[in-house]
Amino acid sequence: MAEKFDAIIVGAGPAGNAAAYTLAKAGLNILQLERGETPGTKNVQGAILYADALERIIPDFRDDAPLERHIIEQRMWVLDDRSFIGSNYRSDDFNSEKPNRYTILRAPFDKWFSGKVKEAGGLVICETTVTELIRENGKVIGVRTDREGGDIYADVVILADGVNSLLATKAGFHDEIEPKNVALAVKEIHFLPQEVVESRFNVKGDEGVVIEIFGSVTHGMVGTAFLYTNRESITLGIGCMVSDFKKGGIAPYTLLEELKAHPAIAPLIEGGEMKEYAAHLIPEGGYKAVPQMFGDGWMLVGDSAGLVNAAHREGSNLAMTSGRLAAETVIALKNEAMPCTAAHLARYKRAMDDSFVMKDLRKYRELPDTLHNNPQFFSVYPQLLNRAAHTMLTVDGEDKHSKEKSIRKSFVQRRTLWGLMGDAFRMWRATR
Amino acid sequence: MIKIEEKLFQNRYRVDEGRPHIQIANPSVCTDSCKIQACTFACPAACYTTTEAGGVELNTDGCLECGTCRIICSEEHNVEWAYPRGGHGILFKFG
Repeated sequence: MAEKFDAIIVGAGPAGNAAAYTLAKAGLNILQLERGETPGTKNVQGAILYADALERIIPDFRDDAPLERHIIEQRMWVLDDRSFIGSNYRSDDFNSEKPNRYTILRAPFDKWFSGKVKEAGGLVICETTVTELIRENGKVIGVRTDREGGDIYADVVILADGVNSLLATKAGFHDEIEPKNVALAVKEIHFLPQEVVESRFNVKGDEGVVIEIFGSVTHGMVGTAFLYTNRESITLGIGCMVSDFKKGGIAPYTLLEELKAHPAIAPLIEGGEMKEYAAHLIPEGGYKAVPQMFGDGWMLVGDSAGLVNAAHREGSNLAMTSGRLAAETVIALKNEAMPCTAAHLARYKRAMDDSFVMKDLRKYRELPDTLHNNPQFFSVYPQLLNRAAHTMLTVDGEDKHSKEKSIRKSFVQRRTLWGLMGDAFRMWRATR
Repeated sequence: MIKIEEKLFQNRYRVDEGRPHIQIANPSVCTDSCKIQACTFACPAACYTTTEAGGVELNTDGCLECGTCRIICSEEHNVEWAYPRGGHGILFKFG
């Protein structure tokens, strides 16, 4: 039999790299397999890096990680066809020595993270697709790859193979992901001179801005858009639930083009040179869609386990945390000379339940269904809010009392009084 | 009309010639029993096109490997989807 590893990690995204690094640093003999040419070439994210999750793995990551800008301002825009109403939060306190959030580009970032895995002693092999799990009496004992003689064995296999999670589906660990539990997002990166980015967004140095967007741009589908500032580029994208795309008949790139042409967005990207177009699925089914995440000889981490907090646009931090907790479970079992059986790996799930990952997903457990069943939050309300602002801010001789009355009437007409109260209740229940 | 080719042209690919990683399992299912052919409008790389005969044609060269076609074909389960061989397919420069 070929060499046997303490652990095999499939995939070199945030979850896989967090697991591989933590294991390698503890001195375990690990193999990480990645199907891309280099780590990062298959990976897509907005992308925001949440420092805390990485800091718990690599405390001094800021010294050499390829970071774009740290976020000092968050804008939330609700769009109608030709307008938006929004809120801003900007604080000089985000200019601390250790900023909390950064924009990153995933290809260079993942490559950097993978370099850390190698420095820690992990063996990373790229351009290798894992085709199936090797099992013996139900226990996962290794993986089969598309390389010749590609069977490799390990005490435990950590599946960090991403949202499509083909290996776990094929092994019957969970069902196929449902269209209503997954969003399709498309995005582009537009390059602009650094000083143009800085003047357009009123930032200097490494400061950056995040704009989260929803409203008319998704054509009533459940979805959001975003615009992030990088050092000398802007990333913008839009995503909606696959079940809605299926009903809507609109191509994702049509939504993206409309977003780019919106009067609020167009001036921000004007003159930019588009250098990449990407698409990716995001598991947004939340708590109720999280599958069994461990079994005899296997664990799921990151997107493969559906770990995305859609309400807060968080995913990579959940991924890194799950990768770290999975690795810590394996390290503890190794130290206690215990096998990686389902009963022992259940510690991973308990650690997850005790962490912010499952606590946050649990808090919003009703949200995916609520949004799925109440598309008015993405169609009617953005329009009503924009028109209300327009009415109040247009000075035309009509008195303010009458204006308020007509705004109230427009809300009641579109949703009825009971509808409005029901919507408020439903949103409260889904996010409490 | 959006030219999706112009978007995909910006991307870097290493196409595995003659070995498409996605296949339509049974083309007659697309022609005869699938009413909506959602793959033809939901695929972000427009890999799926409608044929004159009412069927669906697949060209995986521009595939972004998102998996939408796999999941959206939830009634017919007519998409055979695997990852490309290691090192092949889309190679994101920025991700």
